[in-house]
Amino acid sequence: MEAQAIFDTLQGKFGDAVVELQGEGFSPAFVVVAPAAVKEVSRFLKEDPNLSFDVLMCLSGVDYKEKFAVAYHLHSLKNRHAIGMKVFLPRETPSLPTVDDVWPAANFQEREVFDLFGIAFEGSKDLRRILLPEDWEGHPLRKDYKYPDFYHGIKI
Amino acid sequence: MVGNADLFVNWARKSSLWYLLFATACCGIELMQAGASRYDMDRFGAVFRATPRQSDLMLVAGTITHKMAERVKRLYDQMPEPKYVIAMGSCANTGGPFYKDSYCVVKGVDLIIPVDVYIPGCPPRPEALIDGIMKLQKIIMQRKNYGAKA
Repeated sequence: MEAQAIFDTLQGKFGDAVVELQGEGFSPAFVVVAPAAVKEVSRFLKEDPNLSFDVLMCLSGVDYKEKFAVAYHLHSLKNRHAIGMKVFLPRETPSLPTVDDVWPAANFQEREVFDLFGIAFEGSKDLRRILLPEDWEGHPLRKDYKYPDFYHGIKI
Repeated sequence: MVGNADLFVNWARKSSLWYLLFATACCGIELMQAGASRYDMDRFGAVFRATPRQSDLMLVAGTITHKMAERVKRLYDQMPEPKYVIAMGSCANTGGPFYKDSYCVVKGVDLIIPVDVYIPGCPPRPEALIDGIMKLQKIIMQRKNYGAKA
């Protein structure tokens, strides 16, 4: 299925929760989804037989300075097509529902996004830091992150 | 008389540098290569040990992150005296490519534990590693009164 057809299917099913299609300059194209509807849209993308996106290839965080985004790259082994899904979040207290019960592989990648961007995934099975130490302060991939001078007495 | 005893003790120590198998990054591949048959560090009496409690030498082969730093310190503390440290490669020496702008890499393992020999390179070739071990052997031969440290 082409990106436009997938977008039309999603908009027909979810209405305003599916905001727009970012096709220009993106491969695969991105469907922008409202944060609250992420889980329902994800489940539909996975379970609908015409879509059947069974592989979450990549889940990544983006810092646009005035807002955050979480981008999902999806692929269907059965139908041989791919699509991106993007969620924009406000800078203050960014959070969105987890998708780790739709694609279990999402858990580690959500933890990484939480660790480095401080984006909370509500209802996650296990939302802890994954790369940095447990007692690390701040989220280093944020554009406004200030490096600490010392960590446990060792100069940074 | 004591001089001769020193000579004997130091010879024994330098000829059995059992190193802790401790590789945290790509330098570890060169370390394995240096320990294998082509470069054969065994002929210096340097064989790898899987536990710090049987090791004399800690070869820090690779990038040390702040999360790893505490483990490095703990492993070093677990080694029996006399113990020696070789910092292998740019990352262990100074932080290497991560020196300028990294929040998570320790800028040199000497911020955590004392280092006897630094081997530059990214990563150093096995010849350079063997040269570092021979330098350490020279340092060991200068010890006096059975001292672990000069």
